[in-house]
Amino acid sequence: MNTSGVTKDGAVGDRPERDAHVSPGRRRRKRRDEPEFTSYYGRAILNEPTWAALDIAGYFFLGGLAGASSVLAAGAELTGRPALARGAKVGAAGAISLSLVALVHDLGRPSRFLNMLRVFKVTSPMSVGVWLLSAYAPAAGVAAACDVTGRARPLGRVATATAATLGPAVASYTAVLMCSTAVPAWHDGHREMPFVFVGSAAAAAAGLGLLVAPVDQAGPARRLALLGAAGELVASQLLERRLGMVAEPYRAGRSGRLMKVAKTLTVAGAVGGALAGRRSRPAAALAGAALLAASACTRFGIFEAGKASARDPKYTVIPQRQRRDARAA
Amino acid sequence: MSDVLNIVQVDPARDTGYEDAPPRMGFFTDTSLCIGCKACEVACKEWNSVPEDGLDFTGMSMDNTQGLSADTWRHVAFIEQREIATDAPGDFRWLMASDVCKHCTHAACLDVCPTGALFRTEFGTVVVQDDVCNGCGYCVPACPYGVVAIREEDGGAHKCTLCYDRLGVGQEPACAKSCPTNSIQFGPLDELRERAGERVEALHAAGVEDAQLYGHDPADGVGGDGAFFLLLDEPEVYGLPPDPVVTTRDLPAMWRHAAVAAGLLAVGVASTFAGRRR
Repeated sequence: MNTSGVTKDGAVGDRPERDAHVSPGRRRRKRRDEPEFTSYYGRAILNEPTWAALDIAGYFFLGGLAGASSVLAAGAELTGRPALARGAKVGAAGAISLSLVALVHDLGRPSRFLNMLRVFKVTSPMSVGVWLLSAYAPAAGVAAACDVTGRARPLGRVATATAATLGPAVASYTAVLMCSTAVPAWHDGHREMPFVFVGSAAAAAAGLGLLVAPVDQAGPARRLALLGAAGELVASQLLERRLGMVAEPYRAGRSGRLMKVAKTLTVAGAVGGALAGRRSRPAAALAGAALLAASACTRFGIFEAGKASARDPKYTVIPQRQRRDARAA
Repeated sequence: MSDVLNIVQVDPARDTGYEDAPPRMGFFTDTSLCIGCKACEVACKEWNSVPEDGLDFTGMSMDNTQGLSADTWRHVAFIEQREIATDAPGDFRWLMASDVCKHCTHAACLDVCPTGALFRTEFGTVVVQDDVCNGCGYCVPACPYGVVAIREEDGGAHKCTLCYDRLGVGQEPACAKSCPTNSIQFGPLDELRERAGERVEALHAAGVEDAQLYGHDPADGVGGDGAFFLLLDEPEVYGLPPDPVVTTRDLPAMWRHAAVAAGLLAVGVASTFAGRRR
């Protein structure tokens, strides 16, 4: 019983030991033997990207679609496939216009969009991209406008060629934009990601071609679908192999489901387009829609996988520890 | 430590173009002295007018601040370890550590910023110019430490400035000024590194074998931190990445791969028009 107290004359009574008692815990094993990872109460180390999926993953899809479509349009124009050329040009212009809206909408301070044009920084893929889009978007727009109206044909040809030249860069730089972050599932795949992106972009543009062009003009789109799908699937496989345990988000959870749907639709669209698309317009349109949906799923899947890998500290801690330990050994 | 001294020191301020740059300034946060009082958190908020960001009760420890954010530029981590390798039953320890922006020698946030809002000061620190930032959010996932973040109220990126305004008039940053145990030490980085080396040796001699420096090494993945630490356990225990790398180190390789991929796309599309008419 504690009988102590404090009076005007000072402390009185017995004061037993005041040490706090806690229950004996499990003895801690030596740290170096612990294979499991530790974290600060399971909290993320990295800050998750604040980008909205609809804006940014949506832009990666639309930008890829536009860039590859511009190349397809130029080829179609040169080889006398006017319907394919017009459809691809209009698609590219529409996709890139929507992209610009999405990009400005995603800024925390949209009214300051123009601040990106006060510098050019090669160390910032976003800065490079803004300047690239500043050249590409007008070209794609003019190319489509001249084709649809039938006016200023020489200007249209220059714009078509310009858009086709810049298109591949528009389709591939977004992979650098995404990988130049600390997000493990993105950064660690920086070698393969551009190939996944251009493959996905080619499949999307091929899908658009199958939708807009009659069967007798859509041959290149059918072949591009096969080529793009194969490229995307092979590059994805290599990417996942390189990532090791960081590839988990590409196979599990919401991002994993998106990636699975994307792969299924890619194969179905490319093979369906090649087999049935050469005879039936409705079948070609269906395959085209599947390819477009597949490309969108790929981008949203990769986007979500990155966010998931940033959210869970194990994807930051375990590979970094392995790297550090390998260096020390 | 001898390896560290052999590395040619990078001077970020001079590399940026400041010809008469003052010595590079930084923080040495010695967590073995931290008592978890959070005076640094409060002083930082007061001096920099950083808004309140939620009065949460986490229940996980005495830490209800949870981490660095747009509205928390100093964060005191509080780790309760009940299982230390001693035979005494019921033994446990508290680890406390005041985290802050690392002001990296090679700063990813600064590299990827598309507006130039993030810039290198003459003191070698990294600061966001609030009136230039357009809130693109690229710096947020670029930071290997999870420091910089977007403030929802104004849409802009915010982080520790190492009290750029105070440095300009010869004052030390508010957090260091308020630290009652000198756990947060401010000064020229060279001096701090020297002092930290002596401190870690003294701790080792006293039997604190786990004492280790973090972020002090100019040979690490970010070229060394302008704000580095003395830790008593592994970095990840404090919520710090064990081996951070500035993402833009790989940027040349990324551009090369992207260029090859773009070329392949152009060739690939062209090939679909070759040969057959249909």
